[in-house]
Amino acid sequence: MINKRRPGQEAVAKKGWVQSYKWLFLRRISQLGILGLFLAGPLLGIWIIRGTLSASEVLGFLPMTDPLILLQSLAAGHPATSTAVIGALIVVVFYALIGGGIFCAWVCPVNLLTDAAAWLNRRLGLKKGMKLSKNTRYWFMAAILLLSALSGTIVWEWLNPVTMLQRGLLFGMGMGWFLIAAIFVFDAFLLRRGWCGHICPVGAMYSLLSLTSVLRVQAAGREQCTDCMDCFSVCPEPQVIQPALKGDAQSSPVILSKNCLNCGRCIDICPHNVFRFSRRT
Amino acid sequence: MDIDKDIDKKDKKRQKETARRQFLTETLPAAASALVLAAGLGAYQRSAQAVPPRAMRPPGALPEKKFQAACLRCGQCVRACHANLLQNNTMEEIAFDQPAEINPNASVKLEPVLRLAECGADIPVGTPYFIPRISPCRLCEDMPCAQACPSGALSKQTLLDEEKKPSIYKATMGLAVLVDHENCIGSQGLRCDVCYRNCPVIDEALTLDMQINRRTGVHTRFIPTVHSKYCTGCGKCERSCILEHPAIKVLPIEQARGELGHHYRLGWEEKEEAGKSLIPEALQLPARRPEELP
Repeated sequence: MINKRRPGQEAVAKKGWVQSYKWLFLRRISQLGILGLFLAGPLLGIWIIRGTLSASEVLGFLPMTDPLILLQSLAAGHPATSTAVIGALIVVVFYALIGGGIFCAWVCPVNLLTDAAAWLNRRLGLKKGMKLSKNTRYWFMAAILLLSALSGTIVWEWLNPVTMLQRGLLFGMGMGWFLIAAIFVFDAFLLRRGWCGHICPVGAMYSLLSLTSVLRVQAAGREQCTDCMDCFSVCPEPQVIQPALKGDAQSSPVILSKNCLNCGRCIDICPHNVFRFSRRT
Repeated sequence: MDIDKDIDKKDKKRQKETARRQFLTETLPAAASALVLAAGLGAYQRSAQAVPPRAMRPPGALPEKKFQAACLRCGQCVRACHANLLQNNTMEEIAFDQPAEINPNASVKLEPVLRLAECGADIPVGTPYFIPRISPCRLCEDMPCAQACPSGALSKQTLLDEEKKPSIYKATMGLAVLVDHENCIGSQGLRCDVCYRNCPVIDEALTLDMQINRRTGVHTRFIPTVHSKYCTGCGKCERSCILEHPAIKVLPIEQARGELGHHYRLGWEEKEEAGKSLIPEALQLPARRPEELP
């Protein structure tokens, strides 16, 4: 039974609700939990982490800096402090090991929004939408660095919905809701997975860190595949599945594309347990 | 052999053709879309780069243009701001926001000082600022905001005193200016001096200049007078001004200060430096009087 609007029915029937939503559930806990850690300071006075996703300090000593923001600051002509550089290195090494997409799928608050938009898009059975290359975001990232150098300011922070949404929840949203609503509408009705998959330069930066990541999803049981297409329906970057799942016998079953977010949704949704987390081989 | 070469050639040609097509249908549109987005962003940020005069940067901030290249928009300065964290209001703070004799038991909610600019504000999004009239900088001696800054956008090292130690009193967040002489109570010859009393650098940054009150002929007008060498731009004077709209305001320094022509020399300064008059002898000019009437 193939129902592209409601994928996952077979998985629930076969594996049960818990096994069919395990990684999704953990991911939501992670996303909301990280937001909660940031909010615990101002709301409850429990200061585990201070700052925002652009730069923060954990437990009063461990700095973290968003690498793209630091690169923009450098391009704009500001010599970086050692704190900012150490913070960026910590972030880069962490995501280079477990996959940059982990930021997008497990940390970024915008993912909650765009996942909801993708769900609506799927449920309404809409077509993919306007034509926009998947590589746009990488070019856009390069353009932003160039624009930062030309303008002498951290350009993307004028519009970046990732930090805008999080900062808004922590410090006050202002007119930010309009931007957030615009992204939802864009993703739901104009282009499926439009923002994260096509435009977001922050995601592009983190995806580049996936080129080396040790943690990868593997189509280990690909001979069990019954072509139900559920994994393709739910995957935020469905083109990454094809080579691993449908490659010939010599090809690697590991999903090697840098665009894979390690979200684990394919693991959940597959009724035949084809996918699992593994190491890059 | 020849056939092999032929196939090789065809393969290469086909590869070239595929590469060309890929460039035209994938790379070029992707790059073009990115460029369109970037151009729009560039125009937008260009139109919104200035900071409005009523908003001040925290102490130790780099000059505005450099600040916008350095500030990571993380908000750690806002979190560190002592005045924001103040839970138990001291009497001084309460008196500052609401005189205790009006209502000694009133629970006073202090307005936070530092804030991050929200989306849609006329300040670059996510950058810290304070509005003196709402809540001025309290001039913490240890400068927690600058200390918390990870990027160097705020830096204690820009505020070194004569002993090369960071000092909050070297801050130049802005410059207070008595912008409205006509409504300033003191300038009218009435007793006020609230701004003067509230100045953390009293008698240095803010003095009361005594002038004859020509209206009465016997009284004095106390004119609040700011001295840029000592004014930190904290904004306590503006906050405490008793008028509906403050007569004394903190302005960005470049807006507040005039600039003397670089060729100007002030005779009395030159004279003091040289130890003597620069003119060999005083010029004797004939006194010009109206001709005596016959």
